[in-house]
Parts: sequence; C-alpha cells; structure tokens
Amino acid sequence: MSDPMLTLTALDAHYGDFQALYGLDLSIAAGEVVAIIGANGAGKTTLMRSISGLLSNRPDAISYQGQDIGALRADQVAKLGIALVPEGRQLFPSLSVEENLMIGGKVGRPGPWSLRKVYDLFPILEERKAQASTSLSGGQQQMVAIGRALMANPELILFDEISLGLAPVIIRQIYDALPGIVSDGMTAMIVEQDITKALSVSSRVFCLMEGRIALQGRTEDVTHAQITAAYFGVDA
Amino acid sequence: MDWINALVQGMLLGGLYALFAAGLSLIFGVMRLVNIAHGDLIILAAYLGLSTTVLLGLHPFLALLIVMPLMAGIGYVLQRGILNQTLGPDILPPLLVTFGLSVIIQNALLETYTADPRKLPGGVIETASVDVGGITMGVLPLLTFAIAIAVIAGLQFIFYRTSLGRGFRAVSDNQDIAQLMGLNKAHVFGVAMALALAVVAVAGILLGMRTSFDPAIGGGRLIFGFEAVIIGGLGNLWGTLAGGIILGVAQTLGAKIDPGFQLLAGHIAFLVVLAVRPNGLFPRVEH
Ligand SMILES: Nc1ncnc2c1ncn2[C@@H]1O[C@H](COP(=O)(O)OP(=O)(O)O)[C@@H](O)[C@H]1O
Ligand SMILES: [Mg+2]
Repeated sequence: MSDPMLTLTALDAHYGDFQALYGLDLSIAAGEVVAIIGANGAGKTTLMRSISGLLSNRPDAISYQGQDIGALRADQVAKLGIALVPEGRQLFPSLSVEENLMIGGKVGRPGPWSLRKVYDLFPILEERKAQASTSLSGGQQQMVAIGRALMANPELILFDEISLGLAPVIIRQIYDALPGIVSDGMTAMIVEQDITKALSVSSRVFCLMEGRIALQGRTEDVTHAQITAAYFGVDA
Repeated sequence: MDWINALVQGMLLGGLYALFAAGLSLIFGVMRLVNIAHGDLIILAAYLGLSTTVLLGLHPFLALLIVMPLMAGIGYVLQRGILNQTLGPDILPPLLVTFGLSVIIQNALLETYTADPRKLPGGVIETASVDVGGITMGVLPLLTFAIAIAVIAGLQFIFYRTSLGRGFRAVSDNQDIAQLMGLNKAHVFGVAMALALAVVAVAGILLGMRTSFDPAIGGGRLIFGFEAVIIGGLGNLWGTLAGGIILGVAQTLGAKIDPGFQLLAGHIAFLVVLAVRPNGLFPRVEH
C-alpha cells in the first residue's frame, strides 16, 4: 500500500465524562473510498468531528499526509485539505445558496472546484442560487452542503450520513455524482445507513459499535452475516 | 413650526444615537455579546480625540485618522486577549467582564484626564447653520446625521456584499460549521470588534464636538445605544438608524413639553415599543 493519507492511532473522544470513541486505529490510502457504518450512537459522527478538528485530541492521534493534526483547530485542518459534509446539512441560514457555496471556497485552496463546476454537477443549484438556503428541499440542501465542501478543493472529503432522509431519486443523483467527485484522486470517507449503497461505492468498510471498530475489511471480503453481527453486536 | 423644528432637531440627534448603537448592534449580531463597556469606549474615543487635537493641533475630524485605527486596534486586542475567553453557552461571563472593563476605563480616564468636563474644539463648524424653509439646522448635527447614514450604509455593504460580511454571518449562524470553512472564529470576532470600535471612534469624536464630556457619562450613552438597537430591532442596521431617530425625536419633543422631560420621554418611547413589539420595529429577517 502507498503511504497512508490519514492514520488514526489510538483515537479517543469524550463528551464530558462520556467516552464516545475508544482507541480507534485506522488508516486510509490516498484515492481510497472507505465506508463507515454502524448503528445510531456508534460514534460515526464523533469520528468525523474528530478528524475535522471540531473535537480536540492528542496531536499524534490523527496524522494526515505525514503531519500530526490531532490538536489543530477545525479551520487549520480545513486549510490542510480536509472537508466535512456534516450530518443534517448544516447550511448557513443567513446566507443564500450561492453564498453558502462561496464561503466554502474561503479556505483558499487551489484546485479544480469552482462555482461553475459545482453548478455543472448540480444544475438545480444555479437556478436557486439567490434563494435562502433554508428554502430548498432536503436533497437540494445536501447538494449545497456537498458543493460547499468541494469548493474548498479538499484532498480528503468526509460525508456524514450522505443520504439520510433524502428521497430515493435524490439519493440516486448524489450517488451518480460521487464517481465524478472522487475521480480527481480525492480520498473519501462515507458514513451511510444504507449498507448496500455504502459497499457499492467503497473499497473498504469499517463498522463501528459503541465507539470501537467491530469489523473492518475489503468490501468484497466481508459477508453480510459478518456485517449484521458487527452492526448489532450478536454472533452470526 | 416650533414642533416641526423640534422634530427635525430630534431626527438629527438620532443620527448620533444611531452611531452609538451601530457598534453594539454589530457585536451582538456577530457574537451575541452585550458590551456593557460600549459607552465608556465612546468616551475613551472622545478623550483620545482630545489628546490628538491637543498634541498634534489637528481638527477633531482629522484626529479621526488616528483615533479610528487606534480604537480598531484596541478592539482587536481586547477581543482576542480577553473577550473571546468569556464567550460560551453562559451569557453571564461577558456581561461581568465588560462591566468590569467599564469600571476600569472610567477610572483610567479619571486618573488621566480628571473629572473636569472637556470638549473637542470643532471651530466654526460648531456654530455654523443652514436655513431650510424656516428651520435652522446646525451644520454639525447635519453632518453627524449624514455620517451616520454613511456609516450604516457602509456596515450594511460589508455585512451583505463582502467576503468579510459573509464570514460574520456564517460565524453568527453556526460557529462550528464556520470554523470548518477555514474561518478562525477568534480572528473573525476580533475583526468584528475592531470594526465596531472604529465606528465608536466616529461616535466619540462627534459626541465630543457636540457636547462636553467627562469620564462618567459613558453609561448614559450605552443606554441610548441600547434603546436605539432595541427600538429598531436586533440585528437590523437600518432599523438601528430608525431606532436612533425615534429616540432622538422622542427626547426633543419631550424637552419641548418640559426641559426636564427630555430623557424620560426617550425612555418612555423605548418602553412603549418594547411593550407593543418586543422584537423591535424592524426585527432581522433571515436572508
Ligand atoms: N454533544 C454530545 N454530548 C454528549 N454526548 C454525545 C454528544 N454527541 C454525541 N454523543 C454521544 O456519543 C455517542 C456517539 O454519537 P455519534 O458520534 O453522534 O454517533 P453516530 O453518528 O454513530 O450516530 C452517542 O452515545 C451519543 O449519545
Ligand atoms: Mg451521526
């Protein structure tokens, strides 16, 4: 395997007294797409928040392109090229659709992504660009959230619940857009409830349970029974 | 005619109040910080203007070239050095700290400049006036009003048309997610406070040319600023101008009925608006 792009070493996460992640070890190579699955409350969002710097850590708990980033602030992590599409879209209500996209570019990294390219990917957003982001449907909001992350020209993009709560037709649209997004050599980590969908786009899968990695493997190697066991914590 | 005259003078006075209020409104809008020291910072700016005019022999308006950047710098350092540490889910710490700051500024001014009332020497502009349709308007109040409009238009432009303003609004909406966009909120807040205190500098210099000031009058300016913000509606800059005007008009009309009634009339207008429209006359509408 080539040099890892992202390595987690004994990553813990806490909310006050509650420990949400326990000593996670994980490594992703550049250009890889990995899926993170697991039941509600397993710690998937916490993992994404840790990597993107919203939760602070030991410096060496997270290494990105050979640099310890565990203790960096989220804005510093963003500038290094990690972008998060957060659970529940989390658009800025005071900003129009286009402003939401533009602020994604505030990170100031050079790269292929621009307003033009995002509009080509999701044409509906161009029609709606002057509208309040809150006036869009859930699916369109997710497109804005994805576009906003792409505008930062990240090298590693994290999708938290990429399709949760969206209409099937929108989900298909977003999954159709994915190969175009990751084909530029972008590395991606996708949290997805729909296991079949998750496995269809990823080369490796990690299943979290109660803050620990219960199962990991190459997508073609893991069996449905193994996933079920890891997901629900029962022996298959 | 007397009444129309009072109305016009009140409107012009409202421009000054809007300038008191604009910085408060900006800071509250961006970081939900209620700055109790705001009035004292206005008076600090007036004294810095005094020192500049005395030391360099400059007209107060030219002194702005020094006092504005100076106040902006103080704002940035104050925000990053102290105020950022007080911001969090609990609203009490920033209130206590800015209250403490207010006391410190007052005492420092008292030590440095004594309690004697001072005034900025505006020269001929203080007494000059123009006559419009039988109503005499002072040039300084007119200028103050025009500056207030320009300042609010400028802030409005920054807020809604620039990348900096997008950053302000994003951080105000959701600090975590804004941070993910590469915005360091500590810096964004620092810049917002710098901008607010640059406006405070303008307000302080205009106040100092209009009336005499001493270290103790900051609290009163804070109240006027607050009232203008609340009357106009939180987070709406043009509303803040309207709030200032309503407050100014209420005060001058009150003074017309009875000179002792001036401040009370302003407070009553404020309370009436608060009772009838708790969110102010022009509450902020989301984009
Ligand atoms: N802000 C928080 N404060 C306290 N506990 C939290 C917070 N966020 C998440 N948790 C807890 O951490 C665990 C993991 O949550 P999360 O990472 O959101 O899981 P997932 O995304 O897999 O559903 C859950 O038990 C959840 O209740
Ligand atoms: Mg989650």
